[in-house]
Amino acid sequence: MDKHSVFKSWWLPILFALPQIALILLFFYWPAVAVMQWAFTLEPPFGGAAEFVGWANFQDVFADPFYWNSVVVSLIFSLCGTVFTIVVGLVLALAVERQLPGSGLFRFLYILPYAIAGPAAGMAFRFILSPERGLMASVNAIFPDFWNPAKYGSHALVLVIIIFAWKWAGYTFIFLLAGLQSVPRALTEAAAMDGAGPIRRAVDIQIPMLAPTLFFLLVIMMTEGFVGADTFGIVHNTTGGGPNHGTEVMVFRIVDEAFKGLNYSGASAQSIVLIGLIMVFTFIQFRFIEKRVHYK
Amino acid sequence: MKLAVIQSFLAGLLAATTLGASPAFAEKTKFEFWYGLSGDLGERVQDACKKFNDAQTDFEIVCTSQNGYDTTLQNTIAAYRAKKHPAITQIYDAGTLDLMLSGAFVPAKKLMADNGYTIDWNNYFGGIANYYATAAGELNSFPFNSSTAMFYYNVDAFQKAGIDFKPDTWEQVEEAARKLQAAGFECPMGFNFDTWPMMEQFSAIHNQPIATKGNGYEGLDAELVINKTKFVDQVKFFKKMADEKLFVVKTKQLGMDTVPSFTSQTCQMIQTSIADHGTVGKTLPEGVKWEVAMLPVWRGTERQNSLVGGASLWVMAGRPEAEYKAAAAFLNYIATPEMAEWWSTVTGYIPVTKTGFDAMKDNGFYEKAPYKGREFAIQSLTYTPTSQNTRGIRLGGFTQIRKEVSTSLEAIFMQNADVQTELDQAVERSNAVLRRFEKTYAGQKLN
Repeated sequence: MDKHSVFKSWWLPILFALPQIALILLFFYWPAVAVMQWAFTLEPPFGGAAEFVGWANFQDVFADPFYWNSVVVSLIFSLCGTVFTIVVGLVLALAVERQLPGSGLFRFLYILPYAIAGPAAGMAFRFILSPERGLMASVNAIFPDFWNPAKYGSHALVLVIIIFAWKWAGYTFIFLLAGLQSVPRALTEAAAMDGAGPIRRAVDIQIPMLAPTLFFLLVIMMTEGFVGADTFGIVHNTTGGGPNHGTEVMVFRIVDEAFKGLNYSGASAQSIVLIGLIMVFTFIQFRFIEKRVHYK
Repeated sequence: MKLAVIQSFLAGLLAATTLGASPAFAEKTKFEFWYGLSGDLGERVQDACKKFNDAQTDFEIVCTSQNGYDTTLQNTIAAYRAKKHPAITQIYDAGTLDLMLSGAFVPAKKLMADNGYTIDWNNYFGGIANYYATAAGELNSFPFNSSTAMFYYNVDAFQKAGIDFKPDTWEQVEEAARKLQAAGFECPMGFNFDTWPMMEQFSAIHNQPIATKGNGYEGLDAELVINKTKFVDQVKFFKKMADEKLFVVKTKQLGMDTVPSFTSQTCQMIQTSIADHGTVGKTLPEGVKWEVAMLPVWRGTERQNSLVGGASLWVMAGRPEAEYKAAAAFLNYIATPEMAEWWSTVTGYIPVTKTGFDAMKDNGFYEKAPYKGREFAIQSLTYTPTSQNTRGIRLGGFTQIRKEVSTSLEAIFMQNADVQTELDQAVERSNAVLRRFEKTYAGQKLN
């Protein structure tokens, strides 16, 4: 039987799909078109006649050394954040998967941070890791300036990466745990009987079997690190992009330029570059890494 | 039972629709006012709105805080573009030029004249009015919450350190800082990277330009010049003081900003807005003696008036005609001497008109303990008639420019970057902002 004959008239399915199509047009395509338009004009904040300027906005963006700084900062943030979240999530998942007493409780505890909003986590960590009265205060008392995210951009970057990883490790943990639980027990049990310890079993059996999940998380976390709402929230609330541009990731710079600087055109141009960059990354990941992933 | 509910619901609906349609009922004209103040100051705005609503029967103002000056500007722009903007919006000093060139407002003078109010615009203090007026002196927006930067110092600490003078000059500030340090105070003076006191106010009172073209009043092609004025020496002075731990950086990122550093008695001197006068008085423990003074100048300087800070009220274009009558009534109401005095008393902002100030002076307001010292803010603002360098700053994208300069200050004080190099860079980047602004508004005339 032909599957397409379910609906007798052609307009009925379209009618059902209409709300969805309308929403997508309204919330995805319309803003995207506006961004494209603004990126090639000089948009006055209150509206009005905008002059077409061609690639000038892009030229301005690329001529700005702090723009390139934000690209580098974003790369470091996203890469370190991705590696951190996946490694921590994997370690936790392997631990919980061993079904020791209390696994259920820990599973719950590990996911919990994911439910906390990025900005709130940022605020909390700003106090926990404050150089003057936080955990590091005693270290600073012995080695002055050992830890000072308000002073050193590198420290501030470490701080926001820690917050990002703390928040998102619960997310990767859940996926990796689910992945681990689908690894046939017979395999690990057989290996155990052959005398393979937990680490050996993890490296030779469990992790290779997790490859599809790991690949999925790699793509998701890289994208999240670059354009995620949390990335902006954490940076905005913890360091404000500083000190001296040290934690100015690309999304933060875009929001800052658009709404603080009222430079809608420059921010639109940057958005387009950012989208392009994400597409390139995702392409590379699928092109070169996915080849090494074996799906069952 | 159910039927009765439906019936009464329908009856209600009918009543509501007929009520709305019937011209027999005199409806109040509702209109919106967005403001940026929050916390205690935001509550006081609500009080003002309530007073207005209680005082008459024709109009109803709905006041909504947007939680911050910058978000108010952003939200106003977004709402204007969507044609859902309020009738009145409160825009901070740095957004003045953005509004002026937007064409999205009704000039203050026109609004009042159209609605039959006569306002003596000369009654406004020059330093306040000029900030929001065209170069020809026509007011575009209504000065509302005005402030200026002041110097706060802890008199008890001064006494303990054996300092018997009031710090009028920066030489004296340095001397006081050394004595405080010698007496064991760890933070003689606290400061942050806010450009408002350190760059804008300092430049005005020392008669230094911030930008060419009369600080931007004479054209959109102005350029920043702060890398060539006395401001450079001032930053170098601050750097020297910071290196000797006489001046200490106090920012939110470091865990404590300047005002809390003063009220917790960590730091003994700070420069901040007169708007903080109320907070400082309420927060410092009872019995601690402190004073405010005009910002110090360098010895031998002919002091000029300082710049007004805070925000003004803009009436937005494109609202129904009835709302303009209502808006004019509200703006007239809050400008009455009684309201001006009330506002100034409960907030710490200064009265914006000469008659308002005189009335407060006459009834002994400034002699009462919690308000003592607030008159120095007026003294500072009106110290001289305004000049090219002191009437205000008329630069596009000024929020961004402030940020460029404060980022440079941060690099200088936190990372030992070279003063001249950093300021040169701040100027170069700010000029790029100005050029973009100029291009965005190409063909528009500053008036």
